Amino acid sequence: MLSEYLPVVIQLLIAIGFAAFVLIVTHILGPKRYDPIKHDTYECGVDYYGNAQRKFAIKFYIISVLFVLFDVEVIFLYPWAINLVDLGWQGFWGMFVFLGILTFAILFAWKKGALEWE
Amino acid sequence: MIKIAFIILSLISIFSALMVISRKNPVASVLWLVFHFFGIAGLYVLLGAHFLAAVQIIVYAGAIMVLFLFVVMMLNLNLVNNEKRGKIIGKSIGAVVSGLVLVLFTYSIRTTKWNELFFNQVTDQEWGTAVKLGSLLFSNWLVPFQIVGILLFAAVIGVVALMKRKITRKVENGIVITQEEDVA
Repeated sequence: MLSEYLPVVIQLLIAIGFAAFVLIVTHILGPKRYDPIKHDTYECGVDYYGNAQRKFAIKFYIISVLFVLFDVEVIFLYPWAINLVDLGWQGFWGMFVFLGILTFAILFAWKKGALEWE
Repeated sequence: MIKIAFIILSLISIFSALMVISRKNPVASVLWLVFHFFGIAGLYVLLGAHFLAAVQIIVYAGAIMVLFLFVVMMLNLNLVNNEKRGKIIGKSIGAVVSGLVLVLFTYSIRTTKWNELFFNQVTDQEWGTAVKLGSLLFSNWLVPFQIVGILLFAAVIGVVALMKRKITRKVENGIVITQEEDVA
């Protein structure tokens, strides 16, 4: 069972190795030009002011919390989907009720204006 | 082989956890925490909890870290760093809490009978796969599963309550008008 994870480990090593390889090679081969404008946060576009730690609208946070909650919902679809035939109608109705509750939840959030964006 | 994997993953986890608590920049801490979650996911795999390992990476390293970043951004840490006041109180509260956690962990590690537990009893290496978990979840644990759904619903209500304001939207003469009003 654990030996099945060997491809995962190999893929991880390739990913890390490739990222390190590209970074090192560009560091060695790339031309070095230092310029205050080049090292700006946005090279082109609006000039920044202040720093990143400032007040911003709660809407961003609400959207991300809702994303996490429905992410958890979708996670439960995996073990259900690969067992769909074996579980039969019991599994079907179990998931139906579960998704029904969460559909009601998203409708509630929608109705309350949590998804509005202006 | 498993022992080597365990040692490597433990070292990754411990090292990245130390990096999390020692970084001055909280955003760097959060990024090290992502690394830590990957190490923990590997340890779950060694325990046979394959599905949990995947969830650890998808939900924790992916989604929940975004929330952590939001919280870090919202804390307005520039002000906190400059403030000398309350540092001693904060440090002593931290020392007491982490001391108690250390006592709890040491106690539970010392009193757990590791040899009788778990490792020797698990003969089925596939107990934590998504297939096994799914078949149990929708037969024996169907009611707790529905309660999870209700729990998520409750969390959605909590999030909406955070907003406190109701935004209504209507279109008049082709122009979108939004109105904000307080919700109790």
